[in-house]
Amino acid sequence: MGVRKFDTKVQHLKYKVLREVARHAWNDTLLDNLLSIPETIAPGKTPTMRCCVYKERAILSERVKMVMGGDKDNPNVIQVIDIACDECPSAGYEVTDSCRGCLAHRCEDVCKRGAITFDQNHVAHIDKSKCVECGQCAKVCPFTAIINRKRPCQNACKVKAISINEDNAAAIDNSKCIQCGACVYQCPFGAITDKSYILDVIDMIKKSENNQKYKVYAIVAPSISSQFVYAKLGQVIKGLKELGFFTVIEAALGADMVAQAESQELAEKGFLTSSCCPAFVQYIKSAFPDLLPLVSHNLSPMAALAQYIKKTDKDAKVVFIGPCTAKKAEAQLESVKPHVDAVMTFEELQALYDSKDVDITTLGEDVLDNASYFGRIFARLGGLSDAVAQGLKEQNIEFDLKAIACDGIEECRMALLKKSKNVLDANFIEGMACVGGCIGGAGCLTHGEKNKAEVDKYGREAFEKTISDAVAILK
Amino acid sequence: MKVTVCIGSSCHVKGSRQVVETLQQLISDNNLSEKVELAGTFCMGKCQQGVCVNVDDDFYSVTPDSAAYFFEENIKAKV
Repeated sequence: MGVRKFDTKVQHLKYKVLREVARHAWNDTLLDNLLSIPETIAPGKTPTMRCCVYKERAILSERVKMVMGGDKDNPNVIQVIDIACDECPSAGYEVTDSCRGCLAHRCEDVCKRGAITFDQNHVAHIDKSKCVECGQCAKVCPFTAIINRKRPCQNACKVKAISINEDNAAAIDNSKCIQCGACVYQCPFGAITDKSYILDVIDMIKKSENNQKYKVYAIVAPSISSQFVYAKLGQVIKGLKELGFFTVIEAALGADMVAQAESQELAEKGFLTSSCCPAFVQYIKSAFPDLLPLVSHNLSPMAALAQYIKKTDKDAKVVFIGPCTAKKAEAQLESVKPHVDAVMTFEELQALYDSKDVDITTLGEDVLDNASYFGRIFARLGGLSDAVAQGLKEQNIEFDLKAIACDGIEECRMALLKKSKNVLDANFIEGMACVGGCIGGAGCLTHGEKNKAEVDKYGREAFEKTISDAVAILK
Repeated sequence: MKVTVCIGSSCHVKGSRQVVETLQQLISDNNLSEKVELAGTFCMGKCQQGVCVNVDDDFYSVTPDSAAYFFEENIKAKV
């Protein structure tokens, strides 16, 4: 474990719980050890994370529940662990003691609401009943004495689904949440987390009896090329088979299928938004329902490929492994449920390897090669638009493509808003809820500058160079 | 008759697409589409011997170069 596998210590803690639960699940010892897992992870009497070990263990118990699927009464796959929420300051704009009581009073002049007053020491104060949180005062203060105290979760949630409940803890509005996982990744206390279905995966693998009763297929998202960089991709694939998966197939092949179908659909309809990103599609459902008819009717690459696998093997079980928490919700949709049996993240895969002591760096290399360059670059922003352009070209479809690739849900919102007002200068919206595309997903082990280059490199290594060649095999 | 070609990663890089395309062409040229069902599968567990092809329950190892000969011997002759 010399190599840094995660961005943050929150991810590492989550991983430790996943690994412990998984280890017991493989050995059929989970029920007997359920109550002792928190103490295994936080032993002794000295707290390392919270005020005392008892609180640490109480929170760990909640984390164990999340690994076991979380609150069954809450349909959202993203859930707040109330007792883990540190009730961060959320007062909005506040004057700090850096205010020097200057003469200029730029803050007062710029405030259109008259919310700034001064005490006898000439120090500024903000009248909360008047402040509208525009932030102008903070911008003009020469001492940067005015700061915005906003909770990291609320800051991360660009669709404004997070509020603060009566107990001062974060609360998610399920009608607005798009399951993108931004809050999961950003909460510094790990108080918001995605439910895990790894017990289903372990159960599926065990009951397959070495893939004799039925076969368990893993579909891996192309962003995997930017993950597990401490090992070779071939070893990652070999490791999946060591865990008990029958075989591994690239979701990028599903992306090739989608690119081909979506370019046809686009030319027929004249305008389309992508349907690959489940968080983006959910956002349209909740915030722009009028635009729903414009969403591509194609299944996502994950679902399209899973559907195809089940056509070739009707007893197949299919597990999708990717960077995405929203895929967990997508897999529960009526249209996707029959095809995809479980979804897990790269974070969870790392835990699964270690729960079985599979050190992938010691394994031989297996092959992963089903898709084209274009299917593979779906993992990063702009890849989907490139693939649709290529799909049009390869099929000789006359269509003047004007694509807009939206980097993160805020850009998606802008494009959708313009489209709803009929002022969008584009005929195809590539909607990516995460900044950078899927490589920015909350379920990634690491997020970094190099990840896009890794995806492009992986794309260029594809055996098939065109979409039509990649999908030719499926006919 | 059911002919199943492996289109998993290992067989794919050994040329399963070319095998599929050759067989598709020959099946159609010989008017056997009614009698021969061509299907894909994602792994037969014999990756070393790819491209893996099953004719009903019999296993064959085929290459893009041997696909035409394989068709004559094991599909056309037996259908």
